[in-house]
Amino acid sequence: MNAATLFGICGAALAGLGLFGLITNSEPLRKILAFNLLGTGTFLIFGVVARRGAAAGLGGDPVPQALVITGIVVAFSATAMAVVLLLRLFEESGKATLDPNEADGASTAEDDS
Amino acid sequence: MMPGLAVLTDASADGFLLPLAIILPVAGILSAFVLGGRHAERIVLLLLVPGLGVAAAVFVAVWRGGRSLVYLVGGWEPPLGIALRADGISAAMMATVAVVICATALFARGEFAQPHGRPEARAPFVFWTLLLAIWTALNTIVLGDDLFNLYVALELLTFAAVPLVSLKGNAATLKAALRYLLFALFGSVLYLLGTVLIYSAYGTLDIVLLSGRVHPEPVAWIAAALMTMGLLAKTALFPLHLWLPPAHAGAPAPGSAVLSALVVKGSFFLIVRLWFDAMPGLMDLAAAQMLGTLGSGAILFGSILALRQQRLKLLIAYSTIAQIGYLFFIFPLALGAATSNPWSGFAWTGGWLQLFSHAFAKAAMFMAAGLIAETLGHDRIAQFGGIGRVLPITMFTFGLAGLSLMGVPPSGGFVAKVLLLRASIMEGQWWWAAAMLVGGLLAGGYVFMVLGKAFSSASASFKICAPVPRSREVLPLALALCAVLLGFVPLQPSNLLQIGRTAALTVASP
Repeated sequence: MNAATLFGICGAALAGLGLFGLITNSEPLRKILAFNLLGTGTFLIFGVVARRGAAAGLGGDPVPQALVITGIVVAFSATAMAVVLLLRLFEESGKATLDPNEADGASTAEDDS
Repeated sequence: MMPGLAVLTDASADGFLLPLAIILPVAGILSAFVLGGRHAERIVLLLLVPGLGVAAAVFVAVWRGGRSLVYLVGGWEPPLGIALRADGISAAMMATVAVVICATALFARGEFAQPHGRPEARAPFVFWTLLLAIWTALNTIVLGDDLFNLYVALELLTFAAVPLVSLKGNAATLKAALRYLLFALFGSVLYLLGTVLIYSAYGTLDIVLLSGRVHPEPVAWIAAALMTMGLLAKTALFPLHLWLPPAHAGAPAPGSAVLSALVVKGSFFLIVRLWFDAMPGLMDLAAAQMLGTLGSGAILFGSILALRQQRLKLLIAYSTIAQIGYLFFIFPLALGAATSNPWSGFAWTGGWLQLFSHAFAKAAMFMAAGLIAETLGHDRIAQFGGIGRVLPITMFTFGLAGLSLMGVPPSGGFVAKVLLLRASIMEGQWWWAAAMLVGGLLAGGYVFMVLGKAFSSASASFKICAPVPRSREVLPLALALCAVLLGFVPLQPSNLLQIGRTAALTVASP
């Protein structure tokens, strides 16, 4: 087993853990962390793909390396936005949970809509 | 590169229009930041005309030329560079987006004006810049020809749509926005994972190049499954629809109109791009049947829940879930074995017509709901008695939009559903027809439930909270009329929507 395969398996495992966490956890903060785990796994796979595409004397294929930078920036801003929403929700309601019982939206309608 | 692909990849003379469609709204956003919030509204209104003009020019160029417009960013050809490509469906989509955005902007003038003589408010500035951001993102999605570029556009759309949901800033809308964002992030990271698998297997992300390289093999199936799953979460197809009703009902009326009419269609557009353009021949009938089954589930589930809602905005949001279901009949019906070209059949035209007519009808409906809520101070359907006399034009608009949702002639929704019904009979897949007919009946049920209440006599507690000027009632009416006018397009597969399909060339020049 070479290094690329090892990292590839690590990336796949991280992505799997993240996906599991995203689906099974109900706490928004845990969901945000799980999303980051899933994202990290994906970025690691980008790195492995870059390494496997090494040619012409370069250490890796530059295209996935360029893509992964954009991906990280997007994931970072997404996390920032989710955390800000969560903080505002905590300020407004004193709770940082998404109650599954309200999933049908019964709670969102209010009179000033 | 295959010689046949040259038609799809050579830059065209009118290609400069494509980056213009993306740059114009971005320039608006940047200048709103520079000039300050008080000018945001004026900037948006100034940009409407050129934006509409660019969309119309692209539409005419594709229609007249009969081939897609291509622009190579920086003059670099794919796979090294990134191309922008406008084919028939992008041109039609761009025109729809431009019309709905223009109507929304004009409608929102009353609601999101900066107060005079008082400190600048934040909500109007946020609304106007986000509206432009949604316009940019949707134009990038319909024009993008590179899967990673499309990922960025998809994220741009999410980041513009989520804050629109929580514009009111109370706990309920913040919750809705957060739930929407979490679903959207789940979707986007799955899409990204699929993208990297495709790159690792085929060495390109350009859709035209991929159409000739993708073979039915495990890596392509896994990538396609991941990307489709992610996009389904963003499109809110049943059973991944949980985020949609609170989000669309919680946004202010112009925001709901854009979210329901356009934003969910952006990710649907990408699913079609993926299956019909990037990976033609990969999808087998079993996968298509599964998407169709989820679509039928959405129609039945969404319509029944819509019937049970007490609030008008939630009713309209559940109706969106149902109407999205119809779109997914494109997959089983257009991929059927009876026709040789999926995009020349009735289902292809019917599906797209459903998308466009729903965009107009649903935007009109949400605006009408906004006016009703503004007049009454609430949107509880049970207390609507008498509103029909106060807002006759708005109730007429609601009914017209309802015609299109039910599929009653004359309306775009009618033609779309007839085309889909014909396709399902021709393909021998009658079960979709059953779902469509039941969905139409249920849609009739919830539209008449609202209209019946509105035209019943006023109750003792009926009072007008804030009268709405007649001029504001005109814009939703215009949009509803657009949905009706779409019903006068000829009842046959449209040529425009067939322009620029990649699969046509790969089949012709193997």
